[in-house]
Amino acid sequence: MNALTQNLSFQISTVNIVRRKDQSHLTNRNSVTSLQLPPSSSSSAANLLRRPLIYIHTHIRAHSDQQQEEPSSSMAAVDDRIAAIAESIRIIPDFPKPGIMFQDITTLLLDPKAFKDTIDLFVERYKDKNISVVAGVEARGFIFGPPIALAIGAKFVPMRKPNKLPGEVISEEYTLEYGTDKIEMHVGAVQAGERALVIDDLIATGGTLCAAMNLLERVGVDVVECACVIELAELKGRERLRGKPLFVLVSST
Amino acid sequence: MSALTDDDSRIPTIKSKIRVVPDFPKPGIMFQDITTLLLDPKAFKDTIDLFVERYTGKNISVVAGIEARGFIFGPPIALAIGAKFIPLRKPRKLPGDVISEKYVLEYGTDCLEMHVGAVEPDERALVVDDLIATGGTLCAAMNLLERAGAEVVECACVIEIPDLKGRDRLNGKPLYVLVESH
Repeated sequence: MNALTQNLSFQISTVNIVRRKDQSHLTNRNSVTSLQLPPSSSSSAANLLRRPLIYIHTHIRAHSDQQQEEPSSSMAAVDDRIAAIAESIRIIPDFPKPGIMFQDITTLLLDPKAFKDTIDLFVERYKDKNISVVAGVEARGFIFGPPIALAIGAKFVPMRKPNKLPGEVISEEYTLEYGTDKIEMHVGAVQAGERALVIDDLIATGGTLCAAMNLLERVGVDVVECACVIELAELKGRERLRGKPLFVLVSST
Repeated sequence: MSALTDDDSRIPTIKSKIRVVPDFPKPGIMFQDITTLLLDPKAFKDTIDLFVERYTGKNISVVAGIEARGFIFGPPIALAIGAKFIPLRKPRKLPGDVISEKYVLEYGTDCLEMHVGAVEPDERALVVDDLIATGGTLCAAMNLLERAGAEVVECACVIEIPDLKGRDRLNGKPLYVLVESH
């Protein structure tokens, strides 16, 4: 437990409650909950979501003092926001290649409330924690990182593919399934001793996040936590973060 | 014109935070680097506030941002005015059904894509990018939105390079910028 989690009203255990309007589904922690989408809504997001199902398995952090009975009202409020966020994420099969179930956050961005709630959940966790740097990984990390940075008063540092950032950069190579890739950060963007978050929309194998962390640590920055909207738990990316904590809103199996 | 913002005291600071990098991405180009602006939380916030002040209460339901630096400025504006954010991307980045718009580069062509169904007809939209140069990308972005039936209210950029006359390439659509770079 680090200073960050001590100050949180929620600590890490798992209470899996997915509540959808008039329905409640209680799941044990190892099962997958399938959510039926509501009948047609006029929002673009609903129209784009593939029916019938999005499979999610949400981790909700519950205070360790509470029994696993009635969630507190604040937990229930976080609960509802996360359920709505999870439902707004669209799954596209066989993209970018056959066999991959792509987690598409663009439908979340089409729902202003869900997008705002996503940002709020991160901001609630990180404000007043003396974090001065939010680093976002190109390109979808550019969507979530800046609103968080603005709300907590931190600078935003883009981490980019090679040859995109002008001027002097430092690079970190990382391995892909086949071959390697590289991520870059500007020299001088951060100072030694600053406290930083790394943001991306999703963690899969953890390779990109790990490279991003390395870039920051190489120049003496303290990476407090990595934060993503979605985790693909089966790919065990969490274990590739060399012990750094990872915070996600939705864990997908 | 950016005349409306000339007097705003926040503009000179914003302009001073933009770094010019010579000969990037190729010799002769003076690259306008907004990353240094993002390193100053107050200047970044002021940048967003200037757009939000302009667009709040104008019944705008869509903010479209052009990959990738439009993704940095678009979402905070969208969140503040209660609009949805639509990423406009290079080919094959968006999963699922997309519509594409080709546009001309100095040598050759490029393509911009938007999700089918992201925009509904008659929605009022902004197009956001960090900078307008020749206007080719912004024009393609506008075309995508209009093909889907949206009304593009205005294009908004942090920086304009007036000598490149991108403003003239917007089919008469208004352009709002904070900083001109000569």
